[in-house]
Amino acid sequence: MNEHKSRTFKVDYLARVEGEGAMYLKISDNEVKDVKLKIYEPPRFFEAFLRGRRFSEAPDITARICGICPIAYQMSSIHAMENAAKISIKGMIRELRRLIYCGEWVESHALHVFMLHLPDFLGYNNAIELAKAHPTIVKDGLFIKKVGNEIVSLLGGREVHPINARVGGFYKVPKEEELRSIIDKIEAARDKCIDAIRWLTKLEYYEFERDYEFIGLRNEDEYPFNEGRIVSNKGLNILVREFEDNIIEEHVEYSNALHARLKDRGAYFVGPMARYNLNFDRLPQYVKSIAREIGLEYCKNPFKSILVRSIEILYAFTEALRIIEHYKMPDEPYVDFVVRDARGYGCTEAPRGILYHRYDINEDGIINEARIIPPTSQNQKIIEEDLYHFVKKHIELPDNKLIWRCEQAIRNYDPCISCATHFLNAKIERE
Amino acid sequence: MRVPKLAVWKFASCDGCQLSLLDLEDEFLSLADRVNIAYFLEASKAVIKGPYHISLVEGSITTEDDIKRIKAIRKASKYLVAIGACATSGGIQALRNFSNIKEFISIVYARPEYIKTLDHSTPISDHVNVDLELQGCPVSKYQLLEVISSFLNNKKPNIHSYSVCMECKRKGNVCILVSNNIPCLGPVTNAGCNAICPSYNRGCYSCFGPHESPNIKSLSNKFRDIGMDDSSIIRSFRMFNSYSKSFRVIDNERA
Repeated sequence: MNEHKSRTFKVDYLARVEGEGAMYLKISDNEVKDVKLKIYEPPRFFEAFLRGRRFSEAPDITARICGICPIAYQMSSIHAMENAAKISIKGMIRELRRLIYCGEWVESHALHVFMLHLPDFLGYNNAIELAKAHPTIVKDGLFIKKVGNEIVSLLGGREVHPINARVGGFYKVPKEEELRSIIDKIEAARDKCIDAIRWLTKLEYYEFERDYEFIGLRNEDEYPFNEGRIVSNKGLNILVREFEDNIIEEHVEYSNALHARLKDRGAYFVGPMARYNLNFDRLPQYVKSIAREIGLEYCKNPFKSILVRSIEILYAFTEALRIIEHYKMPDEPYVDFVVRDARGYGCTEAPRGILYHRYDINEDGIINEARIIPPTSQNQKIIEEDLYHFVKKHIELPDNKLIWRCEQAIRNYDPCISCATHFLNAKIERE
Repeated sequence: MRVPKLAVWKFASCDGCQLSLLDLEDEFLSLADRVNIAYFLEASKAVIKGPYHISLVEGSITTEDDIKRIKAIRKASKYLVAIGACATSGGIQALRNFSNIKEFISIVYARPEYIKTLDHSTPISDHVNVDLELQGCPVSKYQLLEVISSFLNNKKPNIHSYSVCMECKRKGNVCILVSNNIPCLGPVTNAGCNAICPSYNRGCYSCFGPHESPNIKSLSNKFRDIGMDDSSIIRSFRMFNSYSKSFRVIDNERA
């Protein structure tokens, strides 16, 4: 074989992702032969040790799957338990759940936009180097992130693994004046977010669009957090309890995360871009006008997901302000009930996409079986496909550039490997 | 003085403790001026070779490869701090230590032969000498900052080893265990969270793990007095620090 046609690359530890993973690429005669996103984060067996635990313990236990999006785990498990009990929580408790989720979207998205993803676009190793060259954007980003964390802490007691959410509601609900105390900060962060969106729009973006199947939640009149039907741009429209009839998980040898695919059509895309494309019409006018100003009504380029996340941050601040302004402290912080002998399903929009939980509860309120399907395991196949098409298009790039861009292509998805095995290490082999 | 090199390492964990560093939004950039962040994959592509002046280790040991890696990290580190419940007690994934791991693997994975894991999840101190343990699930970001700034200033970090009750009393909370019969692990749990759970009307679930000399027996008796059955009492200790030396002795049958 001609040596000039054959190249071997290795990148064994992918950086600026949550958890531990690797990328493997095999190129032979300038053709992509194999692409693998390897997740080697060791398994932690949540679904196994949830068996025998009481239904009320699931929110705090499953939160520990991920330190970046604990609210998502708390909300999906709580809604699954309430589904099992055939109750639906309305009113101000429902609003507070949306509010704490707004906080989590902001802190998780801002971490990714300003500290993990942005350095790629400008060729820096990290946000610290970036901050030396572009101090304003990094400082504004940190301020935005901080305000997201403050929303979570105010309602949840702390940023990481908050303690206040429970099946039925909250342990303690805030007084009106406690919530109103952060309005000024949220407004300041929202204004910085708009500046950031305009700044980010001027970045150089790779031309890269594909015909994806986007899957996300959709409900009647709002941008989705905790409920809705599971829909796609290609005709999927199902109830949460029909998830496992339509989506199957496979165990592949090179990954400790199960791969999810649509039974009928294979790989699909979840996360901010999917949610946004499926629910643009549900955004408030004000957020839509900023999105139209930057020409982002529909997005098929995952390299531009940084813009979608920024628009979602703006939405989350806008929604948080709406909730706080009309908030009235409810009389009771939670509805008390016991789940017995029932199956429950929950699916909520984690920052990285739909997070599905199913539980079987016995007559003593003890969990007999648990199933958890996080967004990153759903995106693994689409990430591999993106890498294949991206490398095919840019095969002429020198190795170091190609590796970096491939890592960026993976980071487009803000993969959370802690969730999916609940990492990243890139390797290219050219022959 | 040369700028000290800081490394952040990860084993089996949720990433929440290392995230606490990035959650120091007001302090992170000034911290980066005082230390050279030499290895911190979650935040940076740049990797600088050891040895490292200070290593923060998150996560528990669950694979053969982990054991080799932690030994190499110890060799490369002057001062090694285990951060969080996983690194100091084995974490939530240590619940396997009380069960059959083969059964666990088959519950989660269709092809058990692909999975390589140890039958116990163990703290860092079971494998190498640890200079400091910082408890918590997650750690308190201010305690983490205290540990790093103490190291930079060559002083002993001000980390208390008394119980959550001390913090709770200082906040002026009424005791929820005594007055409302709400099961609370505060009396056996190390301080550091500022008694958040009792402040939100719920019992402490010991995410910070045991303090120096917890009286487990006495608290279990109290739990029994307020009507908890044995299985509920055992479950309350079998959470995020189940394999800590003080909690692991609670046997399967009776608390």
